[in-house]
Amino acid sequence: MYRSHVLVCGGTGCTSSHSGELIDALNANIKEKGLEEEIQVVRTGCFGLCALGPIMIVYPEGCFYSEVKVEDIPEIVEEHLLKGRIVKRLLYSETVTEDAVKPLNETNFYKKQHRVALRNCGVIDPENIEEYIAYDGYQALAKALTQMTPQDVIQTVIDSGLRGRGGGGFPTGRKWSFTAANQADQKYVVCNADEGDPGAFMDRSVLEGDPHCIVEAMALCGYATGATEGYVYVRAEYPIAVQRLQKAIDDARAYGLLGKNIFGSGFDFDLFIRLGAGAFVCGEETALMTSIEGNRGEPRPRPPYPAVKGLFGKPTTENNVETFANIPQIILHGAEFFNTMGTETSKGTKVFALGGKINNTGLVEVPMGTTLREIVEDIGGGIPNGKKFKAAQSGGPSGGCLPASLLDIEIDYDNLVAKGAMMGSGGLIVMDEDDCMVDIAKFFLKFTVDESCGKCTPCRVGTRRLLEILEKITSGKGTMEDLDRMEKLCHYIKENSLCGLGQTAPNPVLSTYQFFKDEYIAHVVDKKCPAGACKDLVTFSIDKEKCIGCGICAKNCPVDAITRTDYIAPGHKLASFTIDTDKCVKCGVCIGNCKFKAVNK
Amino acid sequence: MKSLEELLAIKEKAQAQMAARDADGNDGIRVVVGMATCGIAAGARPVLKAITDEIAKRNIKNVAVSQTGCIGMCQYEPIVEVFEPGKEKVTYVQMTAEKAVKVVTEHVVNGKPVAEYTVGAVTE
Repeated sequence: MYRSHVLVCGGTGCTSSHSGELIDALNANIKEKGLEEEIQVVRTGCFGLCALGPIMIVYPEGCFYSEVKVEDIPEIVEEHLLKGRIVKRLLYSETVTEDAVKPLNETNFYKKQHRVALRNCGVIDPENIEEYIAYDGYQALAKALTQMTPQDVIQTVIDSGLRGRGGGGFPTGRKWSFTAANQADQKYVVCNADEGDPGAFMDRSVLEGDPHCIVEAMALCGYATGATEGYVYVRAEYPIAVQRLQKAIDDARAYGLLGKNIFGSGFDFDLFIRLGAGAFVCGEETALMTSIEGNRGEPRPRPPYPAVKGLFGKPTTENNVETFANIPQIILHGAEFFNTMGTETSKGTKVFALGGKINNTGLVEVPMGTTLREIVEDIGGGIPNGKKFKAAQSGGPSGGCLPASLLDIEIDYDNLVAKGAMMGSGGLIVMDEDDCMVDIAKFFLKFTVDESCGKCTPCRVGTRRLLEILEKITSGKGTMEDLDRMEKLCHYIKENSLCGLGQTAPNPVLSTYQFFKDEYIAHVVDKKCPAGACKDLVTFSIDKEKCIGCGICAKNCPVDAITRTDYIAPGHKLASFTIDTDKCVKCGVCIGNCKFKAVNK
Repeated sequence: MKSLEELLAIKEKAQAQMAARDADGNDGIRVVVGMATCGIAAGARPVLKAITDEIAKRNIKNVAVSQTGCIGMCQYEPIVEVFEPGKEKVTYVQMTAEKAVKVVTEHVVNGKPVAEYTVGAVTE
């Protein structure tokens, strides 16, 4: 029995800020003090507040230490763990009140969150199956196998109103019922963990923080649809997730929660991991299954849908990680538990990966219908450096942007689609006044051009031509006719592409064009980039009245484009500098180095 | 895994191990041991160990054991304080492992403070 538990985040974010070394140092220091029988150090999954990593929570006090360094460990062990004195200087500032430590879930970041899919992330040791079981793990599977028929399970999922969290938003229960209705000698369950959207990492966090819930959910899906085998297709770029999931599968087999005759019900189910082939298009369901079969990951036309002819030509149910993560809770607590949260058409909660120009970068899970403003301002803590919110990009390269005028939109599937954006997988990238919307559209389009598999022409050639138009605009050579052509091409690509990748690729362009037409026009007509992000349209100059002649800019200029003039401004002792715009590569180093704000762009 | 009972048995065992992590929702009893230099020198560590072991042995739920610094009465260390929601805290002084076990069984389990070990009884 341990009297104190130290939970250290072992998600990818905190691991890259050295949480592994913290754990080693903790164990060494605890041993040195002879506390190893009293204190348990647990490596958990992601807590969500990645911006403040590495993160550590000490129970029973519930102290939330943020940005902990290896040098801080001896102090934490000596003061807190040995003597019971909380190390206040390391506490997350919001949890420090005058005389007590405020519980974490009363802080702004956690207060408005409601965790269903992420409920165990940062709470349990993902590599310990018994901790998952302690938090109701495998209870849903036991309930389904011993008390429910497959039809009951499907009906519960249908009633819950759960829709696919990977982006499409198709009702999960209906998807299951299609597979269940098809007779075959073999059926499959596939979990799509090929999370490819730039900026989205909720699937990774679920796999890293709570891998057993995916194992349990897939077994439930197998029982409901009549499948006995499952595959998790996970990105090879997620080594921690792959390793923990493999351990979860091995442990589940050892406990008889996978394999033959689970819970004595006669139901057999087993699970296998397949590593992603590294292409974005492999996240498209038909391409994914082709890739699992060992072929090149290319999509094929639908119908036939996977429920009829999926993996190895057999009926297959494919769901995303976050979708599966909701399933055990729904089965265990019933459909009402889930469908009482959210909006009319979108039930439950959604995980968003907050990134970009936002203070609290991290993972947040909120009920559907939460407004964008609440996510950005209350939970996200607003924009750094007092800058102004310009837009949020939702849904990654398939989605669109939501401008400041839509801050009060209640986020759910249909509201987002109505505004030209989409839920996508839930990446939410916040942009401030320094971001150029044409440049953002170009960034996402570059991604889809790189990732287009090349099978169909509208996507392969269309996105490339579209990118060329955008490049023309951002280099100041665009015309008003280009804008018309751009719009037409967008619609053409959307209507004619084979799979979701091409059908949604023009979305970032269309939605930025819809909300920020004036920026596009400024690039074309005035040859100016209002945000100052498009290098070709920006010139750097030095204000000779402000320049004190210190020369730091010239010293740091990588191309020696800055030279001294003869002019000495009134009140200054040294001659000012000037920038040779022919040599200048617009790297911006001079702006960053000038303490006197004498460099303009 | 052959039955629900088997699963529930594992659940119960693991839950007891993890009880300490319920800080946020813990409205139960808090047992606090003075663990400053004076307390440790006077033998607070075996006391703490005895308390956690007894709680584990009896599978008592909703009790948090934690430490604190020096309360200021160093000659009475080891000091153990028991906080029950809605009641005055009870301060036990000059504790030993044996006394600690009694405090757990009498006070924490049965709700009857052990008067003879309290600061009032000892200092009189």
